[in-house]
Amino acid sequence: MTQPIIRLSGLDKFYGDFQALSQINLDIKTGEFFSLLGPSGCGKTTLLRSIAGFETSSAGSLHIDGQSMDGVPANKRPTNMVFQSYAIFPHMSVAENVAYGLKARKLPKVEIKARVAEAIDMVGLQGFDERASHALSGGQRQRVALARALVLKPRVLLLDEPLSALDKKLREQMQSELRRLQRAVGITFVLVTHDQEEALTMSDRIAVMFDGKIEQVASPQILYGKPSTRKVAAFIGMMNFLDAKIMTTSGDNVEVEVQSLGKLTLPLKQATGGLDGCNSVGVRPEMLTILMGSQTSEREIEAEVTEVSYYGDMTYYDVKLPAKEDPITVSMRNTAGRKVLEVGAKARVGWSTSSLLLLK
Amino acid sequence: MRGKSRFFNWFIGFFLLFLYAPAILLPVFAFNASSIVSFPLTGFTTEWFSVLLTNGTLHVAARNSLLIAITTAIFSTLLAVLAARASTRFSFFGRRSIMGFVMLPMVLPEIIIGVSLLVVIIQMGFELSLWSITMGHILICTPFCIAILSSAFMNLDKSLEEASFDLGQTRWNTFWLVIFPLVMPGIVASLLIAFTISLDEFIIAFFLAGTEPTLPVYIWGQLRFPAKLPSLMALGTVLLFVSIGLLLIADYFRRRGIRKTGIENTGGFL
Repeated sequence: MTQPIIRLSGLDKFYGDFQALSQINLDIKTGEFFSLLGPSGCGKTTLLRSIAGFETSSAGSLHIDGQSMDGVPANKRPTNMVFQSYAIFPHMSVAENVAYGLKARKLPKVEIKARVAEAIDMVGLQGFDERASHALSGGQRQRVALARALVLKPRVLLLDEPLSALDKKLREQMQSELRRLQRAVGITFVLVTHDQEEALTMSDRIAVMFDGKIEQVASPQILYGKPSTRKVAAFIGMMNFLDAKIMTTSGDNVEVEVQSLGKLTLPLKQATGGLDGCNSVGVRPEMLTILMGSQTSEREIEAEVTEVSYYGDMTYYDVKLPAKEDPITVSMRNTAGRKVLEVGAKARVGWSTSSLLLLK
Repeated sequence: MRGKSRFFNWFIGFFLLFLYAPAILLPVFAFNASSIVSFPLTGFTTEWFSVLLTNGTLHVAARNSLLIAITTAIFSTLLAVLAARASTRFSFFGRRSIMGFVMLPMVLPEIIIGVSLLVVIIQMGFELSLWSITMGHILICTPFCIAILSSAFMNLDKSLEEASFDLGQTRWNTFWLVIFPLVMPGIVASLLIAFTISLDEFIIAFFLAGTEPTLPVYIWGQLRFPAKLPSLMALGTVLLFVSIGLLLIADYFRRRGIRKTGIENTGGFL
């Protein structure tokens, strides 16, 4: 593999006594769409701003493209940023905004003009060159911010929650557009977001952060399918948790006593974060089935429906298992002929040992 | 409910009358033919204005006032830009207390500032001159300028600066290309406020004037002569219209700035 475009090792950041980042070790590959995902206050924006050069780390090192960024100010780094507020210069037109960085580099006028036109084209703002920037919609401002950063052909584009100010529809549209743009320009994108769906749909790899620490770095599929801790599992998508107790390990298998489900033998590899300290079993709502009529499943358990949420294509059932206080969630696709159950109904919940994860 | 709102209408009416009626009387008597300032009016004349044109001492006083006001406006605004920028962007040791001391002259009685400055200047062996008045005026105008400019700098999105820096511009150029144009309306407002305060300031000017009076000091001196009163009315009229003109200009710039930057209009002078 070629060397990583960004290498963070042992990065710490303190604000007084508060530790915003602790021992961040992370390699970001050239050309990938990488996301920093976590709840607000987890340090993801601080990490992004450290890469951009707006924050100086308290310890550790940052290399971009093999070069140490120690003492290199933001205006000398091969990174550009799309700000959460977009930070479009309000007293300049669209073209002037896009040309800003090129002018700072003192490029010849002809080249500036050509590159500005190209960048405005790329983000689909043809004909808006002379538009005053305050007369733009949220989505257009976002495009200007992208064009302004990409026109400089940075090695890395940093995006600080760029979609959070847009409404749902526009956000979904911009998600696929950002993805398309990233593939087209081949620049490494580092995106900060608190929206797990956004991270899952857009990224090649995601780092999940809590309390200034990176909890797991993986592809969206692995993050969703094999989260390494209960925290990650709960943050990404929906996950049901059942108390579990490890009895014995033998070879590649582990015997566990699971709440409501009883004694089970699971393959060791289903303890995705290692066996140490595992005390619960997680299962995704879509891995469970409500069995109808003569349907059967590998395993079954009797339950009572306590809540029904109908979403059109899907129905989410909260069902109460014997020997477990909180109900668990089962999601069912509303296929033809499938009846939606009512609250209070008895249900047979089908499950399989292969869909259980042992988590700590 | 209805009675209450009628009461408030009357209240506002009287309030405005007390506030502006005396000012309206100025131009009325300025054009009155009688040399005694009282009703009934006796006829129309522009004599009092032509008196102003030939009065040499008045011209000197007006020139002094203009010089002081312009210098004060420039220096107070300059100092205030630095202070406002420092207090809104950087945190440093003792920031709050330093800003408190800088803003103090706003609430300190001017007579105290006047007397103490007089004592200090005399003790240090300096001559009283236009410079001493200017320094006094800078002292009292700067807090007002800081108040205006602080809000201008505070409203500035910090990420605009960061964006400029991130796009490869230096800090110095960022100031001139991004920050300065965006706080320009605030700077114009600050210049005009300082100019207006200095132009009609009396107490400090009176204490520190030496042999060169400013316009307010001159006017005060002339009040002893009843015959001069109508021409003072004419002078007051001129000043009134100059002030209104300045406010209109200031507001024009403010609105233009708002249009240009698309910042929400949050009221203003007019």
